[in-house]
Amino acid sequence: MISQEPFRDPRLLDSLFQAIRSEAELAGRRFSFMEVCGTHTHAIAEAGLRRRLGPQVRLISGPGCPVCVTPVEYLDRAIALGRLPGVRLATFGDLFRVPSSRGSLETEAAEGLRVEVVYSPRDALTLASAHPEERVVFLAVGFETTAPAIAATLAEADRLNVCNFYIWSGHKVVPPPLRLLASDPGLALDGLLLPGHVSVLTGWGIFEFLATDFGLPSAVAGFTPADILLGVLELVRQRRKGEARVTNLYGRAVRREENADARRLMDRYFAPIDSDWRGMGVIPGSGLALRPEWAERDAGLWPVTVPEPIEPAGCRCGEVLKGAISPPECPLFAAACDPDSPVGACMVSSEGTCAAWYRHERYRGEAAP
Amino acid sequence: MCLAIPMELKERDEYEAIVELGGVQRRVSLLLFPEAAVGDHLLIHAGFAIGRVDAEEARLTIEGLERIAAQARPS
Ligand code: SF4
Repeated sequence: MISQEPFRDPRLLDSLFQAIRSEAELAGRRFSFMEVCGTHTHAIAEAGLRRRLGPQVRLISGPGCPVCVTPVEYLDRAIALGRLPGVRLATFGDLFRVPSSRGSLETEAAEGLRVEVVYSPRDALTLASAHPEERVVFLAVGFETTAPAIAATLAEADRLNVCNFYIWSGHKVVPPPLRLLASDPGLALDGLLLPGHVSVLTGWGIFEFLATDFGLPSAVAGFTPADILLGVLELVRQRRKGEARVTNLYGRAVRREENADARRLMDRYFAPIDSDWRGMGVIPGSGLALRPEWAERDAGLWPVTVPEPIEPAGCRCGEVLKGAISPPECPLFAAACDPDSPVGACMVSSEGTCAAWYRHERYRGEAAP
Repeated sequence: MCLAIPMELKERDEYEAIVELGGVQRRVSLLLFPEAAVGDHLLIHAGFAIGRVDAEEARLTIEGLERIAAQARPS
């Protein structure tokens, strides 16, 4: 096995902090960078990197948690689908406790909604073949890392001729919201830390528009503390020298080119659509819907009555996702809202920014400067 | 949710593989990464192999880290 140890070696981490500090001092200014991957958000909080970087380098969390950016209408429809006779829902655990306009899948399940938490969409397919009398609907949420897995599951369903497997697609893709964030004058970002595992599928080349269209430095980074700090150091260096490019620091997993097998499967089943992001609104071409030729697998087309969406009162998850506020600036944070009784989606998933801050950075009082 | 865990490929057939990490084995699909070979360290996401971890590249990154450490603390 490739050892992870050097990536957690305190001696190397100390030198990285030191190198970042000297670069920032040379520049004589502060920097704001955004990470757009929930796994990074979680890793940064867990390792306490934000505090150790100090005021010179501010790390802002962006819309990197798929269930957090999924609007409340998606879950409302999912629950309506689950109430149809003979339907069983299957979902990733991350979505299970997210509040909809009424309850969550969890509270609905307590009242009789049939919903199964699965680790893989393949488990949902197995469920469907074991229960031919039911219609199994998989709640397909996730970015470019996950959408190909759903496409591959659909391919397996076709190969194995499982006719009672359906999906309700809420998939989203990462580049379109990055365009909005890169040009947001309120954020005034100095660079972006790019999502490592999304890049395994898309290749890093897909992010070159950040440099060419927006003059922004960016770095693809892995998920250990050393990987993340290497990314930050690279961003500070590029910015200080007035450069802008995509630097791939996760070379052990990411190449310039996409995973072509995954892309082929994804394109066979999905087509881009405009999609609604919590806090950011409808972003053109930012979602993935099943292509019309797969309509017989598309539970999103079933006629159901979906109630008017109601956002959780007082929740500022939308602003958190845009990087406009940090979690402690929400009056409900650690008061009415915590992981045991989450008010908004950002407090549910371990990758949600509010949950990450609650678990690891609650007592540090680090509101945005 | 984009979490992916590196696991070693032990056995494979046309569509699936047995992968292992720390003595724990799992059956995963190779539809997204059909070129996977026995001995590869694969990144596993939601029951699918999505790519490979390259040992040589990992070594280069660690060398880069050591260089930064050497520069940060000139002896
Ligand atoms: S702390 Fe809770 S209520 Fe406030 S923004 Fe986060 S999820 Fe919403």
